[in-house]
Amino acid sequence: MKKAKEFLLAVLAVFLIPCLACGAEEITVSAAASLTNAMTKAGQSFEKANPDIKVIFNFASSGALQQQISNGAPVDVFASADQKTMDMLEAEKLILPQTRKNFVKNTLVLAAPADAALTVKSPEDLKQSGIKKIALGNPETVPAGRYARESLTGYGLWDVLADRFIYANSVRQVLDYLIRGEVDTGFVYSTDAVVGGDRIKVLLEMGKHKPIIYPIALVSASGKKETGLRFTDFILSDAGQAVFAEFGFSRPE
Amino acid sequence: MVPAQLNLAPLWLTLKVASFATAAALFAGVGLGFLLARKQIWGRDWLDAILALPLVLPPTVLGYYLIVLLGRRGWIGSWLRESFGISLIFTWQGAVIASAIVSLPLVFKSARSAFEAVDANLENAARTLGSSETGVFLRVSLPLAFPGILAGTMLAFARAMGEFGATLMVAGNLPGKTQTLSMAVYDAVQAGNDQLATILVLITSSVCVLILFASGKLLKKDGI
Repeated sequence: MKKAKEFLLAVLAVFLIPCLACGAEEITVSAAASLTNAMTKAGQSFEKANPDIKVIFNFASSGALQQQISNGAPVDVFASADQKTMDMLEAEKLILPQTRKNFVKNTLVLAAPADAALTVKSPEDLKQSGIKKIALGNPETVPAGRYARESLTGYGLWDVLADRFIYANSVRQVLDYLIRGEVDTGFVYSTDAVVGGDRIKVLLEMGKHKPIIYPIALVSASGKKETGLRFTDFILSDAGQAVFAEFGFSRPE
Repeated sequence: MVPAQLNLAPLWLTLKVASFATAAALFAGVGLGFLLARKQIWGRDWLDAILALPLVLPPTVLGYYLIVLLGRRGWIGSWLRESFGISLIFTWQGAVIASAIVSLPLVFKSARSAFEAVDANLENAARTLGSSETGVFLRVSLPLAFPGILAGTMLAFARAMGEFGATLMVAGNLPGKTQTLSMAVYDAVQAGNDQLATILVLITSSVCVLILFASGKLLKKDGI
């Protein structure tokens, strides 16, 4: 009997502890997978400057996040890795167009595991027989994959290389495949290559695709618009931009 | 209703992967179940707990174990690649391994209790009548435990068909190569293709109901 009581108390305690932080207001920010490290750090700086607000992040491919928002996920702020995803949400009136701002710029690179013995000087070199597995984000849902497709199509290589592609569910999965050496090459953002550090090497910067500019906006259904705006203002401020610069993002013109 | 581009490859692949995985789980599960039910081996309870792990561990944990073991730089993976030039990651064979491990406890658990339920007197009677140990196993223990094993095997097949997490990590989600039904559903939902998702979900559900119905029938015929 006494044991049962103690157990119940312990269970209650576990459920109540999270409420110690109940005083702070929480906002939920859905952000593209490629923003994981930079956005987490920016969120910490923001919380330091605004102790009354707690930021909860939800990282996944932009396409997956878009679907969640379309289906009514309780999200306050959305940061996408491409314009198309944001355009689709705007067309459905799910984001507030007047709050939409471009906040960072990125570049697409071709990378390989650090120990790969490959010589790739131009996109054409991807045709060499030593490259059997090329990882890229699934172009249906992952912006980095879409940019890769656009670029390879531009170079006339998309169809030629088709049977070597390994589709990943987010650009970070491509990075993971590269780090583990499971693929020969893969397309990631230059900022992911920074995260990969000396475990991967960048072979080429890709061209022939639209500029990679990330937009951020408030979600229409958010009940915390003022808090959300404070967050986006911080991201666009010099202090916020400094964090993104640290991770290799540049400022859009 | 059915869109022209509906591709049934994920269904065939799912059935292929689930069949091979169930076969592997069946042999391993029956062997291990018999061993643990009838033989006094050291560390039996620990082995039992470890073999049941895939049932309770999150599939991502299993996926991680498998990547670490079978990956290009994994212990087994690097050996396989250097000795035989085989790589299991991103292949349907990798998916089979993931599904087999996930469904093994279902066969193993039911086989063990089925063997334990077999009257030891019957096995001993066969021995006194001159049957060899293999004969006892094949002619007495196995037939008596069969209905229980079959039930576990059907569940294992259904579980293998629905496997997602570990398979995604090991075999990836490559259309036409390793994209099983559950992956295809995930892709369709992520891409906002609700029509395709609905069709795939209905196919999966129908196939699973059919399997469960058939296994129920089979078990009834066996008199339980």
